[in-house]
Amino acid sequence: MSNIPADLKYARSHEWVRQLADGNVEVGISDHAQAALGDLVFVELPEVGRAVAAQEACAVVESVKAASDLYAPVAGSVVAVNEALGKEPELINQDPYGRGWVMRVKPEAGANSELLSASDYKAIADEG
Amino acid sequence: MGRHTCLFDLHVALGARMVDFGGWDMPVAYGSQIEEHQAVRNSFGVFDVSHMCIVDVTGARTRELLGRLLANDIGRLTTVGKALYSCMLNDRGGVIDDLIVYRMEDDNFRLVVNAGTRDKDMAWIGAHAVNLDVRLLERRDLAMLAVQGPQARERTASLLAYDGSRSVLALKPFYATRLGEWFVARTGYTGEDGFEVMLPASEAGAFWQRLNSAGARSCGLGARDTLRLEAGMNLYGNDMDEHTNPLESGLTWTVAFDPPERDFIGRTALESIRARGSQSKLVGLVLDERAVLRSHQRENVPGIGEGEVTSGTFSPTLGHSIGLARVPSATQGLVEVDVRGRLLPARVVQPPFVRHGKVLVQ
Repeated sequence: MSNIPADLKYARSHEWVRQLADGNVEVGISDHAQAALGDLVFVELPEVGRAVAAQEACAVVESVKAASDLYAPVAGSVVAVNEALGKEPELINQDPYGRGWVMRVKPEAGANSELLSASDYKAIADEG
Repeated sequence: MGRHTCLFDLHVALGARMVDFGGWDMPVAYGSQIEEHQAVRNSFGVFDVSHMCIVDVTGARTRELLGRLLANDIGRLTTVGKALYSCMLNDRGGVIDDLIVYRMEDDNFRLVVNAGTRDKDMAWIGAHAVNLDVRLLERRDLAMLAVQGPQARERTASLLAYDGSRSVLALKPFYATRLGEWFVARTGYTGEDGFEVMLPASEAGAFWQRLNSAGARSCGLGARDTLRLEAGMNLYGNDMDEHTNPLESGLTWTVAFDPPERDFIGRTALESIRARGSQSKLVGLVLDERAVLRSHQRENVPGIGEGEVTSGTFSPTLGHSIGLARVPSATQGLVEVDVRGRLLPARVVQPPFVRHGKVLVQ
């Protein structure tokens, strides 16, 4: 069974979103998604400062098996990316909600996001 | 839900992630696929390949049947126990399947064919066998385990149900021996040394656990695919199929045009293709960029034409992506591959990429 922390929000496209104290959000891919992808080998990160629209593909996580886009869960600008993934993409496999974070986004004013609670995301993850 | 091998419950208990593979629920990996791959390159691992179809072919005219059905020459199996890799072709020279045939006794042979092609293979072989009074017996009572890696032979020999360690350790590559109800072959699909062991399904779980206890890592079909691709071995359905022939699939070495009087199915078509020259060929590709080649990606061959990646993956041994690709015959040097909308340069190389733990390409 995959780990779905209750204090995070989730997108249907299998990103998790953590609300940070400074108003920004941290984004990564769920434990369910990393398990389905298998060993990650490359991560293509967005440039810091890039403006992203909600649901816009802005990073690529690629495993031995397949490449998968990571979508911005909310409109805003990228304020930080996890440079460590360049050398150690396996951090996403090992610690998807911690050291495997992908990027931090500063949401634009009034930005809406349609994110799921942990229990709603669990229902999606269980379907496959 | 797909079919299960006799080891399904064991795979689940070992934490395997199960996926559909040719209608079978098979383990893709038990944990890290890359670590499983490296275990086979560096020590040894065990794979469940019981989904593959084992067929015993018996009857006085078996040799005649296989001489007609196989593009490689069954006459090369001059001694009992010898194995041969061959394609089975249609009239146009297209590949119906690739298989290994073992000589069991004088006129008894064992075929191992792919799981996904089982139905059409049995129909094809059966249709040609009927007039020769040759019998086909599918051996679903047997399991097949591939034990592969530099330590595989030494460590496996003492774990067999029969005291056969001396005879299995004496096996040369592409030879097999029978030990009671077990059949042990020095063959594989990883580019490493090792055995493929066919044994009664009821004994397979215990054998697997003995192998684990002796240090064999449980390996899934994910690692099997990266290992075979590094070893430059074709995968049926990806790298060749009924619409492609062995000459344009890197398998010319498996077609026995000699002796000239052996009239195997597909021979006439292949001879005319050979006379006018193949339009395309299968080559290896190495991608230095941080991206991964995947099957069906399109290629541009500057000044020559277009091609397509037939198999692609990340190579754990090389640390970047490799693939096999069908390209126009004149292709050499560099091609440009469309990887997710970007045209990336890939180097054309001669497979294999890795054999016996050693990197063979730059």
